[in-house]
Amino acid sequence: MKKILKTKLPELWQKIDADFDLFLPIEKNKTLNFSLWKEGEKVNLDRVRTNASPKHLVFPQTETYLKFKNENKKLSLEVVEAEGDEYVLFGVRPCDVKSFKLLDNIFLRDPVDTYYKVHRDRGIIISLGCSNPEDTCFCTSFGVEAASAPEGADIAAWDMGDSFLWKTQSEKGQKLMESVEEFFTDAHEKDLKTLEHEKDNIREKLKELPFSNIDLSKIKGTQQEIFDQEEIWNEFSEKCLACGTCSYLCPTCHCYDLCDYKGSNKGEKFRCWDSCMSSDFTLMAHGNPRTSQMQRLRQRFMHKLVYYPKNHEGVYSCVGCGRCADRCPVHIDIVKIIKKLGGEKNEL
Amino acid sequence: MSCSCHDQDPLIPQIAVIKEVRVDTHDVTTFKIVDNFGKKPFEFLPGQCAMISIPPIGEAIFSITSSPSQEEFIECSIKKCGTVTDYLHQLEAGSEIGVRGPYGNNFPVEELKNKDLVFIGGGIGLAPLRSVINYVMDNRDDFGKVDIVYGARTPGDLVHSKDIFDVWPKEKDTTVHLTVDSLSENWDGNVGFVPNYVKTLGFDSNKIALVCGPPIMIKYTLQALEEMGFKKDQVYTTLELKMKCGIGKCGRCNIGDKYVCKDGPVFRCDEITELPNEY
Repeated sequence: MKKILKTKLPELWQKIDADFDLFLPIEKNKTLNFSLWKEGEKVNLDRVRTNASPKHLVFPQTETYLKFKNENKKLSLEVVEAEGDEYVLFGVRPCDVKSFKLLDNIFLRDPVDTYYKVHRDRGIIISLGCSNPEDTCFCTSFGVEAASAPEGADIAAWDMGDSFLWKTQSEKGQKLMESVEEFFTDAHEKDLKTLEHEKDNIREKLKELPFSNIDLSKIKGTQQEIFDQEEIWNEFSEKCLACGTCSYLCPTCHCYDLCDYKGSNKGEKFRCWDSCMSSDFTLMAHGNPRTSQMQRLRQRFMHKLVYYPKNHEGVYSCVGCGRCADRCPVHIDIVKIIKKLGGEKNEL
Repeated sequence: MSCSCHDQDPLIPQIAVIKEVRVDTHDVTTFKIVDNFGKKPFEFLPGQCAMISIPPIGEAIFSITSSPSQEEFIECSIKKCGTVTDYLHQLEAGSEIGVRGPYGNNFPVEELKNKDLVFIGGGIGLAPLRSVINYVMDNRDDFGKVDIVYGARTPGDLVHSKDIFDVWPKEKDTTVHLTVDSLSENWDGNVGFVPNYVKTLGFDSNKIALVCGPPIMIKYTLQALEEMGFKKDQVYTTLELKMKCGIGKCGRCNIGDKYVCKDGPVFRCDEITELPNEY
């Protein structure tokens, strides 16, 4: 375990920035997001939740994969390779670290999405324990350990007040560690004890959160039976504005669209994030299997709570980051849905 | 199923050429497609699909209607019904397009060996069935008796007329039963919807049925087969939903935990009953 004083962070950022693209939680106009660091940026490592998740680094919001020219019956195609240098992503919370694993389950299974793989492979992920979880966090319900070093992080870090403790967990992490070793000292026995104390503190805080005791095992029944609870789905969908905020902010939502840029006979094929909340998501020339917002809202939550687990050994497609609970304009969130499906009579 | 058409990302098409255009009906055209070297773009199994793109118009998935035994090309019979298909219908022989695939699963032809088969198609639904029918004809001794039931709105809407009138009826142990929805001039065959027609044909329920057509036709045909004593594990059908990636990642063609592009388009009917009714 290594230790770095917070006063040394600006130098550390500079050093990392010399070799890598460095992405940090950066505040601009009161909005906190993982952005490319430049000297003078306002880094905020205290607020636990960035507005958007860092999924855009492995799964860009839009990405061109092909350029084409189509003229006089002749078609030419030019593959656009995934772009970008090696990067370091510091300050990823354990929920967001887990979300990468859930995206891996989709994009890295056969046939491998080579664009995602390139973005994933070139990144070094440094997690940060959640000293100050928010009221709308519920990661513990989805098996995320906000206090411990999350699996999938190349380096795990904890905020110790005036310093960070830092534990390398992979070869990539070790390599980075070696390149910035001069900023670190070995952690003492006392630091490790303080860390254990800090972890206990975090766990205690998490237990006290209002959404921390969601019981997913209360959702009983077959896929069909949960699907058929139309009264519940209707109740929620009557409020739903179909804005798609939940999907775009969700670190585990992975649906995308493939489009052609229709400028002229020349153009690009690109993919972009898409949302099952939109009515044209499933619209075909001869009709739409999901004609109502109830069906579309149901699809999103069935996917997270039933379909994804069926296809991925019981793992839910949610990490409890709380962004949907925080940002839905009409206060629909997965916690309320889980409670309703589990038989609780909570108010919407 | 991994894509065999390239070594790159499964979303990247290869350039292919429309070798021949055959107008089947007023809104259905069959395109013969070869790769840049004049060869078959990729190998596939009966029932599998190809993603065809015409930049900058877009991309859409189509079932392959030629037999996998055909070594020179693939064929897709395409009904004009949307942006991509409208544009495809304007293309002439020699036009280059993008193609990727094969995608999806296939009719389990190995398991169907030595069995009597009933193919039931409606409208453009004959397209994916034709791939299996011609595969069966190419390996005729491996299969039992074959009945082909096919219906369309009018006689003019019957696709692959050469096959249904001239080729298949002459094959060994093969009968073609045709029907149209309503009375028409120059038609002395059966008149009536496919599901009702199937009932009147009274097939033994020990056969295997392969059904493909518009959703409403599939729904009532499956009911008819059930009434005739067919068990759900004796009936195969194909489903169709909006698809973009073709590899189970873009997320729009799921029915419950299954993706039509990856786990389908071919489903045995006992599998379908386990899925939420959302297709």
